[in-house]
Amino acid sequence: MRIKAQVAMVMHLDKCIGCHTCSVTCKTTWTNRPGTEYMWFNNVETRPGIGYPKRWEDTKRYKGGWVLENGKLKLRAGGPITKLANIFYNPNMAELEDFYEPWSYDYDNLIHSPKRENLPVARPFSQITGKYIDKPEWGSNWDDDLAGGSENVKRDPNVEKLQEHIKTEYEKTFMMYLPRICEHCLNPSCVASCPTGALYKRDEDGIVLVDHDACRGWRFCQNGCPYHKVYYNWNTHKAEKCNFCYPRTEAGLPTICSETCVGRIRYIGVVLYDADKVKAAASVEDPKELYKAQLACFLDPFDPEVQDQAREAGITDPWIEAAKESPIYKLAIKWKIALPLHPEYRTLPMVWYVPPLSPIMNHITNEDELKTDGYIPAVDQMRIPMEYLASILAADDVKVIRKVLLKLTAMRVFMRGKTVGGIDEFRQSELLKEAETTPEEVVEMARLLGVAKYKERYVIPTGRREMDDDLFYQQGACSIEDLAPKEGMNPRYGMMKVRENL
Amino acid sequence: MVDIFLWVVFPYICLTIMIFGLLYRFAFRQLTWAAPSTNFFEKKWLKIGSPLFHYGIIFAFFGHVMGILIPWEFYQTLGISDHMYHFGAIYGGGLAGLMVVCGLVILLIRKMIIDPVRIKATFADYFSVLAVLFVAATGTYMTIIYNLTVVAYEYRATIGPWFRSLFIFQPRFDLMTDIPYIFKIHVITAFALFASIPFTRLVHIFSFPIRYPARPPQQYRSRSGYRRQKV
Repeated sequence: MRIKAQVAMVMHLDKCIGCHTCSVTCKTTWTNRPGTEYMWFNNVETRPGIGYPKRWEDTKRYKGGWVLENGKLKLRAGGPITKLANIFYNPNMAELEDFYEPWSYDYDNLIHSPKRENLPVARPFSQITGKYIDKPEWGSNWDDDLAGGSENVKRDPNVEKLQEHIKTEYEKTFMMYLPRICEHCLNPSCVASCPTGALYKRDEDGIVLVDHDACRGWRFCQNGCPYHKVYYNWNTHKAEKCNFCYPRTEAGLPTICSETCVGRIRYIGVVLYDADKVKAAASVEDPKELYKAQLACFLDPFDPEVQDQAREAGITDPWIEAAKESPIYKLAIKWKIALPLHPEYRTLPMVWYVPPLSPIMNHITNEDELKTDGYIPAVDQMRIPMEYLASILAADDVKVIRKVLLKLTAMRVFMRGKTVGGIDEFRQSELLKEAETTPEEVVEMARLLGVAKYKERYVIPTGRREMDDDLFYQQGACSIEDLAPKEGMNPRYGMMKVRENL
Repeated sequence: MVDIFLWVVFPYICLTIMIFGLLYRFAFRQLTWAAPSTNFFEKKWLKIGSPLFHYGIIFAFFGHVMGILIPWEFYQTLGISDHMYHFGAIYGGGLAGLMVVCGLVILLIRKMIIDPVRIKATFADYFSVLAVLFVAATGTYMTIIYNLTVVAYEYRATIGPWFRSLFIFQPRFDLMTDIPYIFKIHVITAFALFASIPFTRLVHIFSFPIRYPARPPQQYRSRSGYRRQKV
């Protein structure tokens, strides 16, 4: 057993209102420099839709993630030899047009325009070439809220797979939001795709990072990631990606996307897993078994033997305590209502999603007269086809999705019953049996999903710093050590100089 | 005097600039050390130009190893006649040279006509493309046209021994005085090109990830200087 700790996230899609606050705060924190304008470490997609970059789930085109070939796990885009042969030209890489050409507006014109008959306008211009773009035609969330309707919905790779026709008429259609960040996978294919070894998974918290000193810009990580969450900075020619706001999580704070989430959909916590099981879990024959195999990698933080082994592996008591309190452990492992995004990519992703429920419940018109078991067919006929959710969250295994939705429905019915009556009927109901849950569990779930406060949603132990070099110097420095004043230099002198220049 | 400068002083200066420049950039400017690909902006031209150029130049590199680094005597002991050698060198080397030149011309045109690629190209980018193009063009001209029309020049008797003598610090500059002018130009510009490497995009030559196939696919790292310790 090789125990490692992983900082992970769960997003409760029912609560996502698609406001893009997470994207914007992430953008202003991390990717507002030249070369990064087109990057969104966090983006929110409307589903069904094309996504960002366009059709990122089209594995035939971008060849991201892993495949099983004769029982052996291989990168879909080819192993090291294929990669070295393709190093001068990467045929699978997404181009700028697959993302979008980033633009800003010529605000200067508003202020400095000479006096004339018509109002001055701020024309959009490309942040790549600087030329005016008179008609921007695509952006990272251009198909927001089903904009482009029937045209764009059809191009969703998950929709293409579905047998039944997806209705795009306004009154019959469905819609959900899917906020996406780097998955910080247990078996990251970007790391395996990097020829230089510049990408790595951090030992102490599992965050996948790029070593910019080592990165040589061979750009296989960009399409090696099936979620397309590694970006190529055309200015520095290095890879950049979501870093799980490690300067914040090391200080025990949630990532900026979670901190600013308006719907409070995000949960962050620690899980313990056995790194020795990862490869076998990713190599399971049937893609539908990957979810279960990944669950089997996680360890029970309440098991004294696991705790002993974790301490042996250098995981400190605060981290073990955090693993016990972890909302991720509860949502993903204990209650099994959170599911991994596209487990069939075999990367064992670590940002999980609680599937959305609300559209089905809106479908029920006569809820007052409805018997508890009447909810079961409602789940089966929900407005978001279960096949569609299964295509995103369960490698097409509808059974997994159905179970989660039944559990969430049971929770909803029980909590409703507490107010309007009917709890006794609920205790005897088929719904409770089919959802394989108990009233006690349902109450706990409702608390975490509905009313949990900051400290319950984000259980993040601080990073260990006691073994860092030169702590005395670092105590006055920020997490980005290079920005700290040099040792022995008076920082005030520098500041005064700036003032003089002004 | 001129010969000493051209065939002793100049090569050593160029190699010194290259070595120390590379060391400096590696040690202090590693953030700028990358293969500055524009694959992200444009694919169609790159698909033809880049592999053509790169495979051509790798091929040409091994051709130079065969012609310059491996002594003439080696071929004689193997029983490879001069005719056989030159036949291979002219057609093999010529093909490599043509690949390099064609690839570079495609890349240069691409650099000039594709908007984002042109706008992001720096002086150093154009310099290295043009410099490599010049060196490759003289080399290709020598290999194909000069060798076929004038004489199959036996550089294994002059340039080869001189080049190897540089590395034992006993440069035999006398060998280089009477070589054809076109060969002189090729050698001098090539050394100038070597000196420019640390200051241009060409540094990526030295980071070809040769260890990748032998490396475990997943990489774990700890925080700086962070060693696992028992609590």
